[in-house]
Amino acid sequence: MLNIVTQLAEGLLISLLIFATTLIIALPLGLGISFVRMSKNKFLSFLAKVYISIMRGTPLMLQLMVIFFAPSLIFGFSTTAFYRYVAVIIGFGLNYAAYFAEIYRAGIEAIPVGQYEASAVLGFTKGQTFRRIIFPQVIKRIIPPVTNEVITLVKDTSLAYVIAVEEMFTVAKQIVAAKGTIMPFIVAAVFYYLLNALVAWIMSRIEKKMSYYTIK
Amino acid sequence: MGNKILEINHLKKQFGDTVVLHDISMSVEAGEVVAIIGPSGSGKSTLLRCATMLETMDGGELIYEGIKAVRDNGSGCSYADALTMRDIKKKFGLVFQNFNLFPHYSVLQNVMEAPIVVQKRDRAEVEKEARVLLEKMGLTERADAYPCQLSGGQQQRVSIARALAMKPDMLFFDEPTSALDPELTGEILKVIKQLAAEKMTMVIVTHEISFAKNVADKVVFMADGYVIEEGRPEDVIDNCQSERLKAFLSKMTE
Repeated sequence: MLNIVTQLAEGLLISLLIFATTLIIALPLGLGISFVRMSKNKFLSFLAKVYISIMRGTPLMLQLMVIFFAPSLIFGFSTTAFYRYVAVIIGFGLNYAAYFAEIYRAGIEAIPVGQYEASAVLGFTKGQTFRRIIFPQVIKRIIPPVTNEVITLVKDTSLAYVIAVEEMFTVAKQIVAAKGTIMPFIVAAVFYYLLNALVAWIMSRIEKKMSYYTIK
Repeated sequence: MGNKILEINHLKKQFGDTVVLHDISMSVEAGEVVAIIGPSGSGKSTLLRCATMLETMDGGELIYEGIKAVRDNGSGCSYADALTMRDIKKKFGLVFQNFNLFPHYSVLQNVMEAPIVVQKRDRAEVEKEARVLLEKMGLTERADAYPCQLSGGQQQRVSIARALAMKPDMLFFDEPTSALDPELTGEILKVIKQLAAEKMTMVIVTHEISFAKNVADKVVFMADGYVIEEGRPEDVIDNCQSERLKAFLSKMTE
């Protein structure tokens, strides 16, 4: 039993790594994509729309496999063993950025135009207006949907098993197959659950911290 | 002739094919209080939004203290370069109907933010002045409150303080009491009256006719995108010439 827990804990580290790297990539990238999506340039906006549509419209599992196999199957490159980790990060980053982009867009578009007008009359530049006036309010608004995504991400890290990344679920499956016991799945479930309980707790703390004001 | 703060010449504005302002000209002198009255849809708010550059003009000129913000190039308008614009934007402040305070900032931060960020002034000095302004607005106790904790009247006073903190040469008010309960309207009108007594240059779009008569040096009556009458309040309001204004005034005082 202790053996199972230690092995899974090692897998959990990889899961956590995928989780954290995805957020580090997808949160800023999503903001960038939302800007392109809201761009006045119709062509750019259309491109972003297509991107989001593909990322949301096809399975993440399939995207991971395409990214993992494309270099060798399409371009004939030989990939190193390490590439599977790169593929997982690229896949998760690109996929989650699409979802975050739409969350940002919803948040940004919900800010009343009066906030921009007040800032303009006071002489703020566009950049100052976004950083100091708009974005802080956007963050407050999008915490609930972002929490949803982050919790889904914790569970989605298990999809990395399709390209044999040794994260927790992959490890659990291997032990189950080798030892013929269901225990690894139960332990993995507990780990996922505890991790998400932690995520939910942290997000609710952030939400509480921002509840000192309300947006009309 | 006094010192002209604002000059608008032949301003034209249209939304699509609908012309909302036809050939509007007006000027505001230092220390003058101008009240703009008129029915809804007459273009008075649009005029204010063009003057504060929240809307672009389709024709005419906009001049602040002799500096052209907008020139008419015959077929449309061209705006001054960004640097000139920044100078011009320092010259006026605007108080909105819906306050548009920054909800995530405290009252004090709302007042201090722009002088520090835009004018790059010293924080300690700005805070000192902000506290003086808040005291003047009767908000000393609420400096650390957030907009959502304030009444509409208090929020509007914060927004006046926020505009004044930039030390503008003139202030625009866009229906400053229209979003307020009647009992809160008085406190805002009192503040504006006090500013008028201090010779603050102001242009006020308002529905409060008796207030306009009391506080304004000049009243402008607009309808359908035209200035129908303008002049001293006693002439325009008590002695109006046009049928439009007569009809409007009798409706307002009903």
